[in-house]
This record gives sequence, structure tokens and C-alpha cells, in this order.
Amino acid sequence: MVRVTIDGATVEVEKDTTILEAAKLAGVNIPTLCYLKDLNEIGSCRVCLVEVEGIDQLVAACNNCVLDGMVVRTNSPKVRRARKANVELLLSRHEASCTSCVRSGNCSLQTVANDLGIYYQDYDQHLNYLAWDKSLPLIRDNRKCINCLRCIQVCDKVQASSIWDTNNRSTHLNVGVAGGRKLDEVDCTYCGQCVTHCPTGALRERDDTERVFEALADPDVVTIVQIAPSVRTAWGDQFGIEPDGDALGKLVSALRPMGFDYIVNTDFSADLTIMEEGTELLGHMEEESKKDAAARLPMFTSCCPGWVRFAKAHFPQLVDHVSTSKSPQQMFGALVKSYYAQMLGVDPHKVFSVSIMPCIAKKSEAALDSMRDACGDPDVDAVLTVREVTRMVREEHVNVQRLEPSDFDEPLGEGTGAGIIFGATGGVMEAALRTAHYLVSGSAPAGDAFSGVRGLAGRKEATFDLNGTPVRVAVVSGLANARQLCEDVLAGRATFDFVEVMACPGGCVGGGGQPIREGRESAGEKGGVLYRLDGAAKLRNSYENPSIVRCYEEFLGSPLSPLSERLLHTDHHAWSMPGEKDPCLV
Amino acid sequence: MARLHVMERSKAQQIMDDLHDAVGKRLSVSSLEPCPVEFSASFVRMCMTQSCGKCTPCRVGLPALYELMEKVLDGTADPYTLDLIERTAETIYLSSDCSIGYEAGEMALKAVRGFRDDFEHHMKHHACGFDQSDSIPCVSGCPAHVDIPGYISLVEAGQNVEAVRLIRKDNPLPLVCGYVCEHPCEMHCRRGMVDDPMNIRGLKRYAVDNMESDYQPHMAEPTGKRVAVVGGGPAGLSAAYYLTVMGHKVTIFEARKRLGGMLRYGIPSYRLPRERLQAEIDWIVNLGVEVRCDTKVEDLAELREKYDSVYLAIGAHLDRKLGLEGEDAAGVLSAVDMLRSIGDNEAPDFSGERVCVVGGGNVAMDVARSAVRCGAEKVTIVYRRRVIDMTAQDEEIAGAEAEGCEILSLNAPLRIVAKGGIVSGLAVQPQIIGEFRGGRPFPRPADVPERVIPCDRVVVAIGQAIDSSAFEGQGVPCSRGRIVARADGSVEGFEGVYAGGDCQSGPATVIRAVNAGKVAAANIDHYLGFDHKIDKHNVEMPPVKFKGKISCARCEMTSREASGRTGDWNLVENGLSREEALQEASRCLRCDHFGHGAFRGGRIMQW
Repeated sequence: MVRVTIDGATVEVEKDTTILEAAKLAGVNIPTLCYLKDLNEIGSCRVCLVEVEGIDQLVAACNNCVLDGMVVRTNSPKVRRARKANVELLLSRHEASCTSCVRSGNCSLQTVANDLGIYYQDYDQHLNYLAWDKSLPLIRDNRKCINCLRCIQVCDKVQASSIWDTNNRSTHLNVGVAGGRKLDEVDCTYCGQCVTHCPTGALRERDDTERVFEALADPDVVTIVQIAPSVRTAWGDQFGIEPDGDALGKLVSALRPMGFDYIVNTDFSADLTIMEEGTELLGHMEEESKKDAAARLPMFTSCCPGWVRFAKAHFPQLVDHVSTSKSPQQMFGALVKSYYAQMLGVDPHKVFSVSIMPCIAKKSEAALDSMRDACGDPDVDAVLTVREVTRMVREEHVNVQRLEPSDFDEPLGEGTGAGIIFGATGGVMEAALRTAHYLVSGSAPAGDAFSGVRGLAGRKEATFDLNGTPVRVAVVSGLANARQLCEDVLAGRATFDFVEVMACPGGCVGGGGQPIREGRESAGEKGGVLYRLDGAAKLRNSYENPSIVRCYEEFLGSPLSPLSERLLHTDHHAWSMPGEKDPCLV
Repeated sequence: MARLHVMERSKAQQIMDDLHDAVGKRLSVSSLEPCPVEFSASFVRMCMTQSCGKCTPCRVGLPALYELMEKVLDGTADPYTLDLIERTAETIYLSSDCSIGYEAGEMALKAVRGFRDDFEHHMKHHACGFDQSDSIPCVSGCPAHVDIPGYISLVEAGQNVEAVRLIRKDNPLPLVCGYVCEHPCEMHCRRGMVDDPMNIRGLKRYAVDNMESDYQPHMAEPTGKRVAVVGGGPAGLSAAYYLTVMGHKVTIFEARKRLGGMLRYGIPSYRLPRERLQAEIDWIVNLGVEVRCDTKVEDLAELREKYDSVYLAIGAHLDRKLGLEGEDAAGVLSAVDMLRSIGDNEAPDFSGERVCVVGGGNVAMDVARSAVRCGAEKVTIVYRRRVIDMTAQDEEIAGAEAEGCEILSLNAPLRIVAKGGIVSGLAVQPQIIGEFRGGRPFPRPADVPERVIPCDRVVVAIGQAIDSSAFEGQGVPCSRGRIVARADGSVEGFEGVYAGGDCQSGPATVIRAVNAGKVAAANIDHYLGFDHKIDKHNVEMPPVKFKGKISCARCEMTSREASGRTGDWNLVENGLSREEALQEASRCLRCDHFGHGAFRGGRIMQW
């Protein structure tokens, strides 16, 4: 332990504690901008500067540790002047178009500048425009980038993708796609973690709200919207709506007056995914059991499009082991324009299918040519991130405070607890095991029999007993963890039967399309919400969902039936990642 | 009113001088890999400050050139910009009135032409295509990429054995390098901007000399693979060390009586004490390396058959001849032969003799200083260029001079004068220095007659050659004696055969040979089907302290006084004291943590 005095208060902290952390313990707030705990402690923005007695120059609090007897002043005139000047310098290279920026009100730069009392600019502004293809799911505006380098670190360290890098050096340094290439020339997974970790509006999703508004306004179009499991935990954040309980019903109520004709629940198609993928898993395990133990490979989940993109780009030899089941979004899309359209008696070509997702990669998934299985049109016409849907709610001036929860349209509004937990890491695994247990034993599993794969750890392993057969499973979230696991599997260092991969740390609750909260990784608390809802659900197993039973009886037949194969499964080789087309590009 | 004034240094002039000094220091701390376009533009900008403004090309042309280069950097250049840049630079070179203009133009022209690919890359991709790997200057400057800030911090924390362990991650010869490394790392040390560069070699030597205990490295499981290393010099020893800790069985074949190569047969013991060298070699050999001395490998194919892989590291041990009349006279000998005898503890006796040493490199200094210790009455170093042009390190030249060697610069040997087949003098032609060619000035005969330096012995130290003819005869690709290897060290046409060190690069430094051995070990391991990683293995770095700017000059090593050291072969250089070492270590600016080093983690954890 070391003793340190911060703004007059003496605290005792562990050695190797940064000044920033020590100040937090002493109840002193030091502003930060480029800082991302454990990921970007590089002292580049020079906002967290403090004065340390005995040193003439100012010291960055984020990447310097306290020493015994250190005396720190965090807000002396010298510190204030330097901080302010540095932020003014950053502003001279930032397009501060706050009135028309998606991050207005939720921008770290704006907050820091306001907090430091910067209301005029001494420096002339110089903005560096770089062209960007606005049709891509992920949009970057170089003029808003403050070169904090967070996106590079997240992409390198958490997602093991290294899409971003610094291009140019010294005073011309700027962040961009590595090597100055275009984003669609590199193997970006569109996970969106760079977006949720960007302090400004330099990185954002492509805005598809106008397309949705147009469809809503067209009297000839039937609009059907599905809501993903994790959306309920986050959409109401900025409106002060508690994530528990009624949040989802309130979103349904907010969407109705906008003109959506039918509102359905992705929990339903999550249950459907389990029926297909669970059945597929049992077949896969039987096939693999015929091979030598050393040659056996696991089946990987396929519901995360970021992971599918990553697997195709970096582990082509494993792609045939990724489940052919479509993601719940795409299963739903295919049913909306077939089964549901039939049920409603509408022409599927007149259906505009929308999904509300915690994800940017879903935008690229929906756009694939191979995702037009129902009627030839895209099964999902528009994907909205949670951020976009909250913008639509604001744009419609919905009186959010007076919303009362309302129900989905049935029968596709019905989901089980198994569907709900799809939004958290380990959820797909747990849901699949519950149904697999039923399929092999004919009996319902105990309530939390497979809860051993819950929790925020980046990699979880467990072995469960399925009616006498041990099933070795692994759950990873974050693509760096996925990369390590794939390498272990390929090198024979680890053997599994079933592996769940989610690109974003913590799963979809930590998705790249979720609301952005500076300095807070909230996947843990949001995941907890989903598990609580699952625990309280009347039905917790996918096979118990009466709408699922009905859908198979009336339409699909059985899991893996020819119709199920056509509508609910996909060929991962039907399209290519940039690196698959031309390995020289990456 | 006075007609004239005494020139006094104004305060402003003082500040200007300080700034000039700072510019010099910055430039001497040469960043290894700045963006070529950025650097060219900054060069032009700096030249602009020196323009008096009288003439068009300098006053208008330089800023126009600068703006065009900025356009390239900003990504706003059009396809014609590059040609316009070249035309503008050429105009400035061709039409300026004075050197401020035409030198700027010429260098700008050189930059534009030499970096044309880089300019084009910027224009096409709006990104710099130049490899950006200089975030930690000393580490980038070290051929073996030793974790210098890491081990300096350990020395500062009083953990010398940990410091040595960390060094051995990249360099298994810390003792040798602590004593004789040419320390290219120091040239790039950013502390040089503040006051003086760090004394990195001094700290390495301190760590090795003051290890608290010994340790055994972590050894991988035996692989059952056998590797033959031909040559027991620094490259061979380094390869042998890493291959051994990777679990392979290594046999070193050494043509001489003992291991060490040029460390023993090139560097005299007053610079690198024999018993210390032997201890470092023994430490490596005792890990399980088989050694066969007095074994010259002649048949590569036979060796390759017996081993899973072969590493050729035979060094450069052949002497070069002057090719002058009288060179076969008794009393003429080569530096290689002389140093070899000394290495085998058979130092020649030069008592009472006058010795001429021909050459200006480190070996010439070693020979001259050894000649003094062999009892020579007078030692003259004869060199055809100026002292400043000598390739020997400054401290070696100073050491030789301190020990009484005379330097006769600007004198080219013409022939060896012999009486009755015995050397009696060296005829030389005085020279005048002339134009620069390929970065070095060329001397030519001065308009004065030749002269004869009376002497009893001539030692030729004008470089070494490689004894590769046997291998060349067996089909190993060679170019001017050097074995040709690919970037990974592999030899074309000989699967599983690698080559490196002096025999591949030509005579170079210890640390280059160490790196060659390291590269070979990694690639041989890969060739053998393994992926062993060499890492820092449990060495924990002490926390970094930001100290702010504190002025402190560099502690230099001192030498034993010249009069007391010329009569023995004992070590000349005194190491840093504990007080000096701790002060010196505390000067490190920790570029692994501050600046760009923080961004990518600051160190290479494994290779």
C-alpha cells in the first residue's frame, strides 16, 4: 500500500494504482477523453493531466502510478489552463457540428469541452476530409475523429481484427482503415465495438431510419417489425425507462403509433433457432463420434453475424463446422414473408420487414443475396440498431413517460425464457442445451441445469451430461477470445462438442448497436436483466413455445425438414469476405 | 560615435545558438523511420528559415515546394503534383545563387527521386506506406532488438539478474556486448535530445558484472532433432543457445582450438577478458551443447545428412593483402594472424621493434594496442584518409593514442621496403583529401614526394575475407566470398541449411552476428516443424515513474591510466560504479511507456 495526497485528501491505495484510479478512490474526479480502462491507457489527449509536487511538467493521471508520499493537485490553475488549451487544440481539428451530430448530448468531447468552460476558440479550424462509402453499414467521418486511438485498441485487443490503424505520421497522423484501404477491402466484421467506444461522432452506424419512415408512410406497404431479445434492456436508457419488466411492452407501444402494422418478437425465432440448431447439434455429435477423437471438431453457433464474418475471414477451415441455422433475425425474416404473410393474407412482395437489433453486422447480414429465401425479395428489408430506434422514437415525439406496455401481435409475439437469454453470452448455449436435453431424454431439464455457462468471463468451458452422454461446451464472447479458442481447437489443445461465439463482449447486450455509455461496460447488468426475466418466465424451454409447436405443425413440418432447410438454413459459402476473394487484400 | 564595435553575444544570439544546438541534438537522435515525405517537407521548411530572401528560387521556390509536399501529406495532391515537385526542386538546384538555395534544391531533388514510391503511396492511399516500427528508438536501433528500457528499469530497481535474463531473451551474449558492443542503440537514444544519450552499454556491463545470482534458463522438452552449427563465434553461439533452449540437440563444429570466433581471435583480452568470455561461453555450452573444436567442416552434404538442419556461421577469418611490392618480406604479418596467436595465448614478441600498422578500423586499433603490449618500441598507424574518416570507434582511437600509438593519417602505403628479405621500412605517398564518393571522401596523391617510414614490422589490418571456397565448390551460392542467404537465413538449393553472421553479411559487429543467430534459430525451429517461443519468462517490470525533465549528464566509463596498462593484457575499461549505474539508469526516459511506446504495449513479449 502507498499513501498519496490528492487535492488535500490523503488516501492509502494499492501500489501500481494509477493516479486516476487513486483519485477516484479519494472521491476526486479527473476528466478523461482518450482513456479506456485496460485498453487505452496511453495518455494521448492530455486531458487527465494533474500536477505532481516536485515535477515541473504536468503528469497524465491515466498512465502514471502513484508513489508513496506523492502529492497531487488535480485542478490547479496550471492544470486547468493546460487541459483547456489541449481541448481547444483538439476542437480546432474537430468538426463540431453538434446540432446535427448523432452523438450530440452523448459525446465525450462535448462533455469535456463544456465542463472545462470552453466557449470560444482561439485556434483556426483545419478539418481533414476523407471520402467514405456511405452505403457501408459502418460510417466514419474523419473530420470528427480526435485521434484518441481507442477504435484501434478495441479492434486489436478485444476483437483481434486490426481493421483500424494510424495512417501517416507525426502531425499528419490520422486514424483510418489500416494501410489507407477502403473498409470493404478489409475483413471488418461490422461488430461495431469501435463505434460504441468512440468518444465522438466520428464512427457510427449507417442510418436507415429514413427508409423505414418511408415504408411506414406508404399505404401499399405492410410493415412488420421484430424486436431482438436484448433490445428491451437498453432502448429506454436515455428516456429513463427501467430495463426490467415493462420496457419491452413500452417499446411495442411506442412503435404502434409510428405506423408499424405488425410487431413481433425475435424471442420467437430465437426459440425456432434452438429447435433447428439443437437438432443439428445432435446430428453433428453423432457424425463426429464416428471420427477419431483427435479429429473431432465442435459445432459453432451461427446467430452472430460478426462471428460468421470473422470465421469466414480468419478460419475458413472451420466454416463447415458453423451451424447452417440462420440467425433469429433471418429466420424471422424468412417466415414473415412466407408463413406470416400467408397467415395474414398479404402479398409478401408488399411486406416491408424491419428488425430492431443491438447490432451493426446484422445490417450487412440482411443485405446478403443469400438471405432472400421466402419470396425472392430480401427477407429483412431494414435493420435498425437500438440507437436508431431511439432516434425514431424522439423524432416521432412519442410521449415516452406516458407509455403503457402493450402486447406483441400473436402468434409470433410469443417467446420463452430460452429465447430471451439469447441476448447474453452463454444464453444460446444454455437455451440449446435445455432443448437438446429434452430431445434426447424426453423430459424437461431442471430449471437452471445449464447455468454454468453464464457470466461475463470471455471464455467459459463446461461439460454437461445429456442423458448419459457428456457434452463438452465452450462459450466465448469478444473475437480475440474467439480467435484464441479457434487456434486451440485447431491445434488440438482443446476439444469441444459445441461452441457458442458472440462477437461482442458479453453478447448482444454489449452489442455494437446498443446505446453508448462513456466509461461504462454495461453488458453485465443488462445480461443480468435477461437472466432474471428468464427465471421469471412461465415457459423457459424453446420446445414448449406453443407458437413454435404450431408453426411446425401448420407450416414447417419438423426441424431440418426440406422447408426448414430452405427457409431457416443458409450456405455460409454463398458469399465471400474480402480476404476470401483476394487474399492479397488482407 | 565609434566607427567599429566589439562583437558581443547578445541574449538573442545566445538563444539562437541554443536553438541551433537543440536542432543538432534532435537530428543526431535520428529517428529511424520517419515518414519520408514528412521529413522531406520539414527539411525544405528548415531550409526556408535560412534563405536571405534575395533570389527567386530560394525565396519563392522553397515555400512553393513545401506547399506541394504538404498537399501530398494532406491528401489533396493531384496526379501532376509529383512532377511539379520534382521540376521545382530541380529549378531551385539549377538556378540558385548560393549554397543555401542549391543545396536545399539538390537534397530536395534527391528526396523526391529516392522516395518517389513513398510520395506515390501517400497520394494513392492517403496513408504512409513506410514501415513504422521506431516507437522505441533504442530497441529499433539494436540489431537484436534487445528490450533496453526493460533491462535498464531492472538495473535501476537493483534487479541485475533479472536484467540479464531479459537481455538474454534477445541476446545470449550480454557479457560480451556489455564489454565490446558498438552500441548502435545509443545513437538513437531520445535522452540525447535532453542532454546526452544513455550509456546503455555501461549499464549492460554493470548488470552482468553485478548479477546477484546465477540462474538456469527455461528449457523446452527435448525434440529429438539435431542441429549442426558450423562456427563457434557469436552467430553460432547465439543460434546454439536458442536452439538448445528450444529443445533441439546442437553440435558446434569449430575449426580453431577454442570457441568464441572473433570474440577470442579478434578482440584482445584488454577489451574482453578471456576468463569472462570463457564463462559466458561455458554457460551456454553447459546447457547441453556438444562442442567439437579443431574440427573444420569440409563436406556440407555429409554433415547435412547426419543432422536435421545445419547453420553455417564460419565468420570472416581470412586476411586481406595489400597487394604491394615487398609484402612477402619477413616481418610482414596480417592482423588476423597476429590476433589469432594472441587468442591462443601465443602473443608474439615485438620487444624493441618499430611497428607500422596499416588500416583505420577497429581491428587496426586492436592490433596497434596489442603491438604495444607485445613490447613494441614504437607503433605507427598508417592511414590514407583523415583521422575523422577512420571507421574505428572514437574511444578505440583515443585508447590507441593514449597508449602511445602514433597516427600517421593521409599517407597511403606504396611498398614495403626490405633489406635481405627483412622489412626495414614502409614507403608511403602523402595524400590530399578530395571529393566525396558514396558518402566517403577520397584521397589522392599530394604534390609531395614519397617517404619511407623506417620500421621492423608491418601489420596489415585492412579487413578480413571469408573462407567460403570449400562450400562454394559444393554449390553453396556465394558472392565475392560471402555466402548468399535469403532474408530468413536459408540457403537456396540446400534444404534445411541456413547461414548467417560475418560469413553472410561480411565483417560486421557482434550484435549483428547475435541477431543473425537468433533469426536462424527461429527459422530453423520453424523448419523443424516447431513453434517454440522465446519470451521474457516471469521477468516482471518495475512500475514506471514519470520524473519530469531533470537535467543530468551521462556517466562515462573510465580507463586505467595508460602508463599502467600497456605492460599487461588486463582489462582497460573500468565499469560504472553502483552510484553511477543507478544515476545513469534513472536518466532513462522510458520510451517503452511514454510517447508512442505506450500505444502498442512498449515491448516485444516473445519471438
